[in-house]
Amino acid sequence: MMRCQHCDERDAVVHLTQIIENQVTTMHLCEACAAEKGIESSGPGTMPLNTEFLATVGKGVGAGLPGMEDAPHATCPTCGLTMQELRDLGRLGCVDCYKAFEGPLRELLRRLHGSTTHVGERYTPPDAGDGPPVEEATELRERLKEAVEAENFELAAELRDLLRTAE
Amino acid sequence: MIDLSLLSDGGMPWLDASGAHADLVLSTRVRLARNLRDRRFGLKNDAAERAEVLVEVEAATRDTEALSGAMLLRLDRLESDDRALLHERHLVSRDLAGLETGNVRPGAGLIVQNRVGIMLNEEDHLRLQGLQSGFALPEAYQEVNALDSELGQRLAFAFHPEFGYLTSCPTNVGTGLRASVLIHLPGLVLTKEITKVLQGLSQVGLTFRGLYGEGSEVVGNFFQLSNQTTLAKSEFDLLDHLGKMVRQIVEYEEQARHILLRDAPAVIEDKVWRAYGLLCHARSLSVEETMNLLSGARLGVALGLIPNVSLYTLNKLLVLTQPAHLAARYQGAAGLTPSEIDIHRASYVRETFQHEDRTL
Repeated sequence: MMRCQHCDERDAVVHLTQIIENQVTTMHLCEACAAEKGIESSGPGTMPLNTEFLATVGKGVGAGLPGMEDAPHATCPTCGLTMQELRDLGRLGCVDCYKAFEGPLRELLRRLHGSTTHVGERYTPPDAGDGPPVEEATELRERLKEAVEAENFELAAELRDLLRTAE
Repeated sequence: MIDLSLLSDGGMPWLDASGAHADLVLSTRVRLARNLRDRRFGLKNDAAERAEVLVEVEAATRDTEALSGAMLLRLDRLESDDRALLHERHLVSRDLAGLETGNVRPGAGLIVQNRVGIMLNEEDHLRLQGLQSGFALPEAYQEVNALDSELGQRLAFAFHPEFGYLTSCPTNVGTGLRASVLIHLPGLVLTKEITKVLQGLSQVGLTFRGLYGEGSEVVGNFFQLSNQTTLAKSEFDLLDHLGKMVRQIVEYEEQARHILLRDAPAVIEDKVWRAYGLLCHARSLSVEETMNLLSGARLGVALGLIPNVSLYTLNKLLVLTQPAHLAARYQGAAGLTPSEIDIHRASYVRETFQHEDRTL
């Protein structure tokens, strides 16, 4: 059995996973040292934190990125972010990345937050009146068409629901 | 060394032990992550673009009510000791201060005035933050929300009709809101109830961290409790949910303290007085030991067992005994060995309590 990293005397029974500077690190502690740090194991080998969630945050955020297999070479036309970078770094490079990687991101957001729909404050940028206003429904119809053409039926179903609400 | 004397209370009014439940809750923070729509995010932008972000945002803040007279600190022009100092005062993240890598990103800045500030060119272009002493979620949000509304009329933020505010990391999308409450829970740790409470947190969409945020260890029974998700709930619901949970934990902690005093008064009295005794008389103190002893003394003060010591002093010592603060106090401490620094720390803590004794 692994030794406790703190006292180096007793066996490590608590395995604490943390994200430090985007690196997932795991600390192995004995019961006594863990208790000293305010963490207790509720049984041998169990983790006090929701490590499954934590492992998907930060560096690993894109590791389980769904849809990558479908579009492994997708690249954002504006900032050049690649699917591989997104997978490795778990960060987006610009506003247009949200469109370039929409399918996988939608699934990721649902996993992280339980849904993809923002219900908080709405925001209108100060220059919103400058160009011709694009109706939400028009934009959705456009995106639905693209999704159907790309045979991305899961996304198409989502967009259809949104379109119904918008109309 | 940078001069923070122009900031109200040196940039630490959030530690002045005022506000609701100040005996348990040290401070409340609400931050909003925002990006400029027409600029690449932190991961992909270059130094010139960061400089533009800095200039644009600074100009926009000049017209706001909250930050019209604010101070802009260019972190990329500060020495690492000064950046560490700002981090220890909870004004900037470890990442923005470049403490992990030793390199600060060009354009990294902080605009701050009273209880509101903006971190510039962190992973997101703007991280607006409101900090309050005690348990004050609505107040902290109100201030930061007012600033957000004003800035949003002057700058075009990245916003998506379905996903909400767009951020560099998908974990912040939607409201971009992370609220956290810094709370002292020695009663739950001593009665060994803390694991249950912390496990319960993750089941209700909340998370915890140590005193210095992401990646920091829990030391001295100080926990930062915050929301884990940012999308699919309104700002009000996120704050309301965290607030309810914190109130419940405050109640659990009070019950735990009550049980400890009822069932083991001698043990508790001995524990808090030992902590205070060591703080007043020890000749060498490490950071970790200091935080643990401050935790013990804080429990004693909150329970009314230790008179003539203020929570304000204990709060301030938590920050002022951190390495960069100590180094600033003892100029030239950079050349000192860790054990010499520990001697300085103990002497500073002793002096503080002697002074407190005289003033009360």
